[in-house]
Formats: sequence, structure tokens, C-alpha cells
Amino acid sequence: MTSGEFLSLSVELTLGMVIISVALAFFRLFRGPSLPDRVVALDMMTVAIVAFCGAAAVLYEQVAFLDVGLVLALVGFLATAALARYAERRRLRKEEEKEQP
Amino acid sequence: MNSVILRVGTRFLVGLLLIFSIHMLLRGHNEPGGGFIGGLIGAIGFILYAIACGTEDARAALRTAPERIAMAGLGVALLAGVLAAFFGDPLFTGQWYFIGDQKSGDYIPISTVLVFDIGVYLVVFGSILSLVFALEEAI
Repeated sequence: MTSGEFLSLSVELTLGMVIISVALAFFRLFRGPSLPDRVVALDMMTVAIVAFCGAAAVLYEQVAFLDVGLVLALVGFLATAALARYAERRRLRKEEEKEQP
Repeated sequence: MNSVILRVGTRFLVGLLLIFSIHMLLRGHNEPGGGFIGGLIGAIGFILYAIACGTEDARAALRTAPERIAMAGLGVALLAGVLAAFFGDPLFTGQWYFIGDQKSGDYIPISTVLVFDIGVYLVVFGSILSLVFALEEAI
């Protein structure tokens, strides 16, 4: 086995495993009984897709995939922070409703 | 949201995002990138800052109203388009100017396309930020 064959085999294995992890995270997103479960599942999907972009950049020898991964990682952080604040505000609102009546 | 971790992390990320947005803006035309995506990434930096430290601080960091930035960008883009009329071309035709020796290949091309892209950058940056700040303050 040459080094090139080994690399392509590793990349293909990586892509397969990343797809499995995205599917598992999607299952949690679909089932997730509470909002924080879904937020964590979305965050995990973002990280998995960033890894997918890195592997695709190696497989197709396209540097542009790395930019996609970089932007996705930065936007994913913003999405997680915004959703966390939404969850916090929703809890506060529920507590206010309980006190009022 | 009052989290020290988020606030410290944001302080590093905002600078990184703004530098990356300028990089995306200047790299456009020949490689993936351009004014639109650059403006979006720059706006994300300030949105992150607004989430971590509050809208008032983000507005203070921006120094001027985001609406004004969007308007200035529209003016810059229009200027770049109208400039073509002075050279006898149809409106919004790209005008190129080369600094240096063109034959030896050792030159820097300067075009109105870049000026137009900077205008697009400012429009996207300003309009997204004015939308998000308004939403943030309404909640």
C-alpha cells in the first residue's frame, strides 16, 4: 500500500464516520426532549460538518473547502451563543409567568 | 448574558472575524470571497459583541450608526458604477488601471470592481447590523 492509497483510504473512512456522527446528532435533534438537547445536537452537527469540510479539502484537493469550514466554525459559535441566550430568556419568561397569576 | 468566558472569548473572536472579513473582501473577484460574504462575516463579529456585552457597547464600538454605514456604502457603490460613464462605457462597466510595467507582468491592477465590492461590503455590514441591533433592543 502506497502512501497515496493510505491517505485516500483514511479520508474515505473519515468521511464515513463523520456522516455517522451527523446522523446520530440529527437523531438527537429530532428526538431531543428539551431545547438544550437540540442546541447541543446542532452544535455537534456543526463541528462534524467542519471536520467533513477539512476531509473534503484533502480528498478533492480544493483549498476553498477550508474557508467553508472556517466560516462555518465561526458562525456555529455565534449560533450556539444566540440559542443559549434564547433558552435563558425563555426560562426567565416562564418564571415571570409563574409569579404573576 | 453575563458570562465572563463568553466575554473574554468574544474579545479575541471579534478581531479575528473582522480581519477575516477584510481578507474575504480583498480576495474576491479571483478566488471565493467578495463584498457580500465579507460584510456578513464582519457583521457577525459585531453581533457576537452585542450578544456578549450588550447592544449599547456594540453601538459605542461601532462609533457611528449602522444605517449611516449602509448609506455610505450605497454611495460608494454608485460612485464606482457612475465612474464608467466618464470613460465612454455603459454604466457599471469595470474600469481597470495598471500601476507598473504591463509587459513584464510586474504590475498591480486597480479596478472600480474593488471599489464596488467595498460599497457592497459596507451596505451588507450596515444593514445587517441595523436589523440585528433593532431586534436585540426590541426583545
